[in-house]
Amino acid sequence: MSTDPQPAAPSPDDPSPAGSPAPTPVVGWRAAGRALRPRATRAQALTGVLCALLGFAIVVQVQQTDESGLTVLRESELVSLLDQTTRQADELQQQVNELERTHSELQSGSTSREAALEAATRSAAAQGILSGRLPAQGPGVVVTVSDPTGSVSALTLLNLLEELRNAGAEAVQLNDLRLTASSYVVGGDDGVVVDGSVVAPPYRWVAIGDPSTIATALAIPGGALAKVQIDGGTADVQQQDQVEVTATRAVAEPEHATPRSATDD
Amino acid sequence: MIAVIGLLVGVVAGLVLEPTIPAALQPYLPIAVVAALDALFGGLRAVLDGIFDDRVFLVSFLSNVVVAALIVFLGDQLGVGSQLSTGVVVVLGIRIFSNVAAIRRHLFKA
Repeated sequence: MSTDPQPAAPSPDDPSPAGSPAPTPVVGWRAAGRALRPRATRAQALTGVLCALLGFAIVVQVQQTDESGLTVLRESELVSLLDQTTRQADELQQQVNELERTHSELQSGSTSREAALEAATRSAAAQGILSGRLPAQGPGVVVTVSDPTGSVSALTLLNLLEELRNAGAEAVQLNDLRLTASSYVVGGDDGVVVDGSVVAPPYRWVAIGDPSTIATALAIPGGALAKVQIDGGTADVQQQDQVEVTATRAVAEPEHATPRSATDD
Repeated sequence: MIAVIGLLVGVVAGLVLEPTIPAALQPYLPIAVVAALDALFGGLRAVLDGIFDDRVFLVSFLSNVVVAALIVFLGDQLGVGSQLSTGVVVVLGIRIFSNVAAIRRHLFKA
């Protein structure tokens, strides 16, 4: 402990004996005892008032410190705290923006992927029906060509197929053969050959398309059915709401042709 | 004795009234309290020295409080408020310790 020669508050070089109660200084415990004795002097009253003020201030300050976290901070501390908080908020906002962007990217990506997949599936189904890879069903006609004498020529049958195609038939089956764009009909020694296999009468055609259009097209004078009758056969056309083309054919992978992007036309 | 009673009265008044400190005074009250504590211990030491004078006590109490608050206010204006209030608290703390040391020597002769 430092040995301060001067008392902190009242300096000894200012003795001011006017208010001192004792002419001779009383020190130590006796002084303390004297001071503790309540007397109605000016000094005691003043001290009491000042001590009351001090106690009041201490309690107020303690309560203030207890209840307020931020209000006791200084302006500069508050400013730095505000800066820090603002920076944190900015960073978090940036993160939010990034994540939202990623989220929307992923969402649109999956949406467009789904759309592409759906379109591809639809396209694959349509191509499958048109190329004969998939069985099909729908409204159509069943044409039965009876040829007891075997006199209906391959040309007549080809004519019938062409007429079906012209009338908009989308899937055609002859007996158990699926007829597509690459099908051919030739006349052989032992009968009519379609796509490499011999087809024997009666010829049962199943074609999916608008039934009335196909029936009308087949029945025009000098048309396919007329040719069959000229050849000596009979033909029967039934329009049905639901026919099934069950035969399929394998589609060979194109050997020379490769798909070309349609966008750079 | 009256001083102790006054202190208790002040504490009770603070607890009962629960006043709110004006925002302008908030930085200065803690420093003022420490300064007043310093004056109180100085007064106690003067009592034990046998040279206590109420006028000196009053003036030192009030001037301690005012000067401490003034220093902190000046520091706030200069932008070194927190450092300067730390300095004031350190100085007042040293004074309190030395006063307590003198009181101890008076009472316990050690």
